[in-house]
Order: sequence, then C-alpha cells, then structure tokens
Amino acid sequence: MAALFIFGFLPSTAAAQTTPLEIVIVGAASSSTDATAVQLDSDLYLPTTLPAPAIVLAHGFGSSKTAVAKQAENLRAAGYVVVAYTARGFGKSTGLISMNSPQFEIADAAKVIDYLANRPEVIKDDVNDPRVGFAGASYGGALSLMIAGTDPRVDAVVSDITWHNLTTALFPQSAVNLNSAGVFKKLWTGFFFSRGLVIPNPTNPRCGRFDPTWCELYESVAQRGSYTNLEAQLMRNSSPVSTNANVTAPTLLLAGQADSLFPLSEADANYQQLKAANPALPIKFVWHSGGHDGGRSETTRLDELTQRWFDKYLRDNGIINSDFEVTFVPTNIISANQANESTGIESSKNYPGITNLTEQLLIAGPAQSVLAPAGGVPAAISTFPGIGSIGSLLTQQIPAQNAIFQTPSLTKPLKIVGSSQLELKVSSSSPQQDVVLFASLRIVGANGVSSLPSGLVAPIRIPLISTGPTTVLVQLPAIAVAAKVGDILQVVISTTDLAYLLPTTPANYLIELASPSIAISTAALTPTTTTQSGWVFVLLTIGVIVLLGLVLIILRPRHRKADTRAEISETPVVIESLVKQFKNGPKAVNDISYEIPQGKVVGLLGPNGAGKTTTMRMVMGLIQPTAGAVFVFGERVTPGAAVLSRIGSLVEGAGFLPHLTGRENLALYWQATGRNTEPHFEQVLKIADLGTAVDRKVRTYSQGMRQRLGIAQAMLGMPDLLILDEPTNGLDPPQIKAMRDVLHDYVAQGKTVIVSSHLLSEVEQTCSYVVVMHRGQLITAGEVSELLASHSNMRLEDFFLDVVGDDLTIGKTS
Amino acid sequence: MTYVARKTLPFKVEFIRQLRRRRTLVAFGLMVLLPLIVVAAVKFGSGDDDSSDFGGGDLDLIGLATNGASNFTVVMVFFATGFLLTTVFALFAGDTVASEASWSSLRYLLAAPVPRRRLLRIKLAVAMTLNLMAIMILILVSYLIGLLAFGSEPLISPLGGNFSGAEQFLRLAIIGGYVYITLLFVSGLAFYMSVRTDVPLGAVGTAVLLVIVFAILDAISALGDLRNWLPGHYSQAWTDVLSPEIVWNGMAKGFASATILFATLITLAFLKFDRKDILS
Repeated sequence: MAALFIFGFLPSTAAAQTTPLEIVIVGAASSSTDATAVQLDSDLYLPTTLPAPAIVLAHGFGSSKTAVAKQAENLRAAGYVVVAYTARGFGKSTGLISMNSPQFEIADAAKVIDYLANRPEVIKDDVNDPRVGFAGASYGGALSLMIAGTDPRVDAVVSDITWHNLTTALFPQSAVNLNSAGVFKKLWTGFFFSRGLVIPNPTNPRCGRFDPTWCELYESVAQRGSYTNLEAQLMRNSSPVSTNANVTAPTLLLAGQADSLFPLSEADANYQQLKAANPALPIKFVWHSGGHDGGRSETTRLDELTQRWFDKYLRDNGIINSDFEVTFVPTNIISANQANESTGIESSKNYPGITNLTEQLLIAGPAQSVLAPAGGVPAAISTFPGIGSIGSLLTQQIPAQNAIFQTPSLTKPLKIVGSSQLELKVSSSSPQQDVVLFASLRIVGANGVSSLPSGLVAPIRIPLISTGPTTVLVQLPAIAVAAKVGDILQVVISTTDLAYLLPTTPANYLIELASPSIAISTAALTPTTTTQSGWVFVLLTIGVIVLLGLVLIILRPRHRKADTRAEISETPVVIESLVKQFKNGPKAVNDISYEIPQGKVVGLLGPNGAGKTTTMRMVMGLIQPTAGAVFVFGERVTPGAAVLSRIGSLVEGAGFLPHLTGRENLALYWQATGRNTEPHFEQVLKIADLGTAVDRKVRTYSQGMRQRLGIAQAMLGMPDLLILDEPTNGLDPPQIKAMRDVLHDYVAQGKTVIVSSHLLSEVEQTCSYVVVMHRGQLITAGEVSELLASHSNMRLEDFFLDVVGDDLTIGKTS
Repeated sequence: MTYVARKTLPFKVEFIRQLRRRRTLVAFGLMVLLPLIVVAAVKFGSGDDDSSDFGGGDLDLIGLATNGASNFTVVMVFFATGFLLTTVFALFAGDTVASEASWSSLRYLLAAPVPRRRLLRIKLAVAMTLNLMAIMILILVSYLIGLLAFGSEPLISPLGGNFSGAEQFLRLAIIGGYVYITLLFVSGLAFYMSVRTDVPLGAVGTAVLLVIVFAILDAISALGDLRNWLPGHYSQAWTDVLSPEIVWNGMAKGFASATILFATLITLAFLKFDRKDILS
C-alpha cells in the first residue's frame, strides 16, 4: 500500500488468469416427478498450491455459474479450490427449480460436498469430509445458510441479501401486534417467477423450468394474495428458518439496506435464530449499503470481508472480528465527494438488535381520513423491482391517500439504526374487508427536501376491522440514517404502493395517533477507525521527507574552499578562460581572460551584446560559467561565495521594493547583507541626492532617482570592488559630473571601480584602465594612456572604431 | 571579516519586507471580510427562503452556521477552503521569489551575498508563516464575529456530534491545522513555480489553475478509485473531525499526500535554484 501511494494506482488483478475446469457434478433427483439424477454444470478452479480448502459459490436467482466467475477467480488466486455450479433449472444444468427445497437444491449442495470429498486437491478434515465453505447472495445466500444447517461438513458460511422465511419476505406484515399474513409483494414475486420462464419448456409452457409444485403455488398465491397452511409449510421448508437451528459453521451474515425484497428484518431474523440456537457461534453481521434495489455497491469491501472470513475459519489465518457493522450512506454535500470511500462505516461490539428503541420523540398530527382507491390505482411508487432503486427522490406520493404525522425539528443529531415504532388507531368505512396500509419514515431537511431512506415502506394488513378503531403497533422499515439538527421526521401512512397487491374495493380509513410519541431505534456505534493504517501514512511521510533531505544534502553545491589563490589576493578580479553559453544560444562570453588592477576606475567597454553584463553577472556569482573561472581577491566565485561581500554592485538598473521608501529599502537591504559593520548612510544618501524624496515610496521615483538610489545601495558598505553597469543612465549632466568626482575619490582610497558602458566618451573621461569586449570576445585590455599611445594620438573613440571596425554594424544586425 | 552568511536576510527582515506589502494586507483583509459578509447576509438577508440556495444540497449550511460561534467558524472554514484560502496560500508562496525577480531586487540579495538555499529557506518560512496567520485570522475573526452574532453555543456537527468547552476549541484547532496541511500542496506548487518563473502572477496562477483542474478531475465520478491519487482529494477530510469520535484515516492519507507532495516540490525548488542563472 505504501508503495502504491507513491507510485500511483496499479491494478491489483494483474495476476495471470486461468481458465477453470468445466465439469459436471451429479446431483439429487431431477424433480418431484423425475427420479433421474440432475446434471449440474460446474466450474472447478484450482490454485497453484495444493491441497487447499474449498469454497463453493452459489449464484443468485435467474443467473448461472458465470455470474460468480470473477469472485471465484479472486478466491482461487487467494489459494482456494473453488467450485461454481449452476443451480438446477438454470443455464446448462438440468432439472427443475424447487426454490432451495431440502430434497432437491439443498441435496444437490450435499452432492457437491461429496464431489469435493473425492478430489485429492481438497484438504480433508476426515474421510468424506472436505474442508469447505459456502458463499452466495440472495438465492445462493439462502442455499449457503441452508446447506450449513443441513450438512455438518460445512465449515464456514457467507450469506448475503437473503431471506429468512419466504412467507414473511413475500407477505410482509409490519403490524407487530397482529399475527395475520401480510401484504403480497406482487411485483417482486412476479418478476422472479418470470425469470424461471426465460428458457421455454415445451412440455409445460406455463411453468417453464419450475417444478410443478412451485408453479402451482405461485399461481395460487399470486391470484389470491394469501396462502394456505400447506403453502406456508412448503415455503417455510425452502427457507433458512427451517435449518438455522442446526448451523454450527461460523457465519458471515450480510444484509443490504437498499433491499425491498429481503429487507434487513429478514436478515435480523436469521441472526436472532442462529444466535438463539448456538450462542457461542461466531457470527458477524453487516448492514451494507447495497441490496436488491441497487443502492451503493460495496462489492470490493464485501468480497474482502468474505475472503477474510474464509481465511480465518477455513485456514485459521488472519484476524477478523465479529463486530456488527453498518454503513451510513453520506447524504450531505460535505462528505459527498468521499462517497466512493469506505467512510461512513460504523461498528459496535454487539449487535443491538433491529428494534433497540432507546429514543422517544414527540410526534403530532390530526386524525386524517385517507382514501383507498377503487382497483388500487393510482398507486404510490417507492421501489421498482428489476430496475433497481429508482432513487428516493423519485418516490411518488399520491395526495388524499396519505396521512402524515411529524415530529418537531430535531434539536440534536439522531442516528436511526433499525426499525422505529409508533402506535396508530385505524377505523374503516367498509369494515367487511381487510385494511391495507403502507407506513414509511421520511426525513424532511430544514430546506424542505424530503427523502425516503432506501425507498422502503412497511406494509400493514389489518384483517376485518370491527366498527370501532383498531390499534396497531407499526414497525417502520429498518434503516440506517443519520438525521441532522433541524430535520423533521415524518411518518407517512398511505393506502397504495405499486409493488404490492392492493384491495380493489374502495374504502375510507380514519387514521390517528394512538399515542403522541414515536420510539426511535438507535445503536451505540463508533466509526470504524484503522488507526494503524493512519500511522503507516505518517511514518511513510517521515520516511519520504528524510529521503528528500538526504537528496538535498547530497546534491548540495560544493564550496570550493581549496580554490583560493594567495598570489592574486590583492587583485580585485582575475578572469580565466571564461565561457558562457546559454541554452540554444551562441556563446555570450567566449573564452576571455583578463585581470582588473587595483585602485583604478576600470572601463568595460563594448557595444550592446558584447557580453559585458554577462561577464559582470558571472563576477557577482549570479550566472554559472560554462567553463573557466572568475577569481575575486584570489577567491573563486561561486553562488553565495563569501568574497562576494567585498563587492558592491549596480547591474542593469536598480532593484527596490516599490512599497517601501528609499530609506527603508536601504536599511532593510543592509540588514539582509549580514554585515556587522555600520553602513555609511549619510555619505551615500548625499551621493544619491534624493532630498526629501528618500522618505517617499520607491514606486513614485523617476528612473534617475532609482538609478542614484541604486548607486547608493552599491556603495553602502564602501566595498573594495564597486561594479557599476551603465551608471549614468537617467542622470543629468551635473549629476554625471558629480558622479565622476565621487568615483575618483573612491579609488583614491585604494578601492577599485568597474564601470561598464557603451558610451566611449564616458569611459574616456572617467576611466584610467579599459577592457574592450566585442561579440563575447576580449578585444584588448590596458591603461587608456598606453592604448592610446600605441595608436598614435588617437582619441579613444577612434581607437574603438579601429579595433572593432566594420564588425560593429554587422554585429548589430546579426 | 565582517560578513557572516548565517546573518544574511534574517527572518524578521524578510517578514517586514513581505508584511508591508499591499497584497499581504488585502489577503488578511479578505479573511476578516468573509465572516463579516456572511453575518451581514444572515442578519440582514431576505429571510429563510435563501438558505437552501447555499450549497444546493440538503445540508443547510447557513442554518448550521447560525448555531453559535464554533459552528459559524466551521462553516467559514468550509466556505474558505474551496477557493479563497487556496488563492491566498498560492499568493504568499508563489509571489515571494518571483516578485523579487520582477523588482530586480533578487540579484542584489544574491550578490550581497545571501546564500541561495538560505534565501529560499527564509522566504519559505516567511510565506508559510503568513499562510498560518491567514488561517488563524480567519478562524479567530470568525469565532469572535460568531460569538457576537450567535453566542457561544457548543459545536454541533451535522454528522452527529455535540462538543462544548475545551473539546470544541481542540476540534477547531485540529480543523485549522489540517486545512493548513492540505494546503501545503498548493504552497509547495506555487513556491516551485515561483523559483522557475520571473512573473509573480504566473506562479500564483499556475498553482491555482492546477488545483482547480485537480478539483474538477476529482468531481468526475467515472474516474473511480483513480481519484484517490489526486492531490487535494482528501482536502475535505477535516469534516471527519466533526464525528463523535475523530476518524483519522482520511486525514492521515491527506496528511501524507500533502506533505509528501510539498516536500518533493520544495526539494525540486531548491535543486532548481541551486543551479539557476539569475537573469532577472
């Protein structure tokens, strides 16, 4: 992880993919009318290290073994023998669908265990007892739980979004105090039945690949909206409720919050039954944010949990706690950008139960009359099977069909975890028929936006009401939601929902609160913190910073202390074979060597582009020579060399902070130079001749004033070497005259001044020694008087033209 | 010899040089202005109809802000992190070397000579101090204005926490500290650009532009987990401080991401400056 963090995202599934071995496993009898053994189309995945524990992956309703291929491959790569088989009645497997019936689907699973017992690649706990775990979701989740409750050879189970009892899942009843069957979930049931008809069955087109028993059951309940005792018994047999009491394998129980088909209450019932039968059984219960309605997928996390569960209980490898975990889907804009993170997961040591009613809130609303429309239309829409969740924002409520009760604005944040409860009194205008109602808990934000958590509603059926009102204790849908300060909780009781079978006779119901309070289910949860991994990042940071520090030290420019030459320590400047070539350019300075003698005003002369400024910048350590060296008072110049402190300079114009006055600029500059001598303020300010302007901000100065202040700054410490580049720029003639006198006085103290200029007259009048450069090359250097002497009576101007010649014009145009 | 390299460009001198600039005062002024504007908007605004406009989501930030001084401060930090603080941090770190170059004063400092690494060290220290002052001004002024306007109610979190007394100040301090750390990336980037260019606005602009580009990429959900590697991805992780128990994981990642990027960019800036020809 640490390496990934630095070097970016690397796909972790780069491991070589192997094609599974296609096999046929012989199962139990084909159907209630056909005793021939069923042929189960299966894939066998073998890991590199053998023998290994086995995992059987069971797919969801209507799909086949290929639906779990990716998970199978990942578990194979993790070192498991994996079997993925297509359930009877689906895909290429033979036989008819019996809805996880004990003598068919569950018996098939036992045959798969028998098959594994005969594979030498699988670790055995005993003769005919392979080390095996089962995992699946929905249809496969029920199978996994049920085989674990039937066959003691199963060693670990992972069961996701599955049912507890088909009757309670498909006929939910949310009136806690009533024992009658609930409201038929027609849309989901019809949707699933149709999935069994996908492959046509010519011998029985009405039932497709359903076993006739289940086909008849479906047709019977779908028309009536209720079931007989016999039908209830059949559904119960095909449900984990009939086998959970015998489960001894550690179970990872996953449930989806976005699941209107098998809501959290089904998973809760499984949990309670497993725990009651076997209190010591390790069970981890997770409310994730996915489900049959879609929701927010947490596949990566759940796959990881699954693998760790098997690692722990099939291989005794690694650690996984049995804490209850619940995901809070972020609903606010602050954390929305982290929505793909595994943030929002909170946990507690113990599962608090689905109705942990610790908070009582006031709720109010008048008695309201609502209409159950004829034929059950128009109907409200909460979720729509097959399409998945249509999103809580799209949920539709029909006016006149709703009674609404609400709490005051919350004064503190409230985490609702589980099913909240409230008591209602209901009376009906037509007491000769059942009352069907749908209760939902909505959260209305302070801005008026209302949301229906997970799009869930709780159906209620009140059988044959007598004339008086009936009191019902309503168990609202189980959710995990963080309500904010200012939110309002709203309980909406409606008469219709598109997903359920509704009464067709119109009726009026009067709905009122039986008591003015609502009991909220909560949980004492703490956000899951992986502090350890947090420390890893901090340590990683420290490591990287130490490394970068080392890089800085190693790559530090070396101080060439050894490059000091005592014999030239009195010479202000010695330039040796100096070359400077800028990137993609000609040589600005091309192999020049000369010395600047002490105690003179030296003129550096040459037309624009001769390389004067570049040379001076190299003398000041601002530009690194391409080759050669500059020595100042015998010390080689490098960036920041201490000897630079003996130079004062003005190159290509002054540089001041425009927001400070001239005086402040000089004072702060002096403090920045690291000298512990006193500056010659009064002296240089006199030279600058700024008058009162010295206390004005520099941004108000003219060019000449800046230039004079620049010369003052250069002279501030009375340096041994003064470098002035075009010092007379912007100065008027009297000031130029004064400047000349200053410079002559200056060298009279034994100091040296270099004046660069392209003006011959200026150099002639000011300097006693001259260095002439042209096109990066040294033309000549020497005393002005000597140079002129050797060129019989020439003025400097004529001399200059003589040595540079016609090149001057060519040089300027090229 | 009277020259002592380690006495060149003392922190105090550079601090005065920067503090006296108009842009420094404007930046600090904005930190004071933001809470004032929000308080004025809440107190004299047209009423509760507007509250849902802020943020556009179902979180009523203004409603939250009026809960008390601490909440007001948190909301001000939330408003400021998006663009204002980013710009200010980029300004202080990005302008510091490049503006010296544009004033031509850089060459006189280096020829003084201020050793190159010392110059960068001091400039970086001053820039980071000004950044720290900006965020402290924002938090302190927000708290004071919040105190006058809405009283000293405890800090209430939209995520389900309720903190009073010293706990709320600790949490506010952690929030301020973390925001400062996440903005290290902006500072490092701007500082690196400042060393590379002689145009002050170029350095500041490049840094702000890149941060905006990263923020846009971060908003593209199609990029999936790739976004976890974007600089600034964890810049909002300080909201975890508002959980009943502080969740450190996101912030640890944000800390690592920001400081590693900062250290890398600063190292690059130093290496670049060591060998740079000063032509300004």
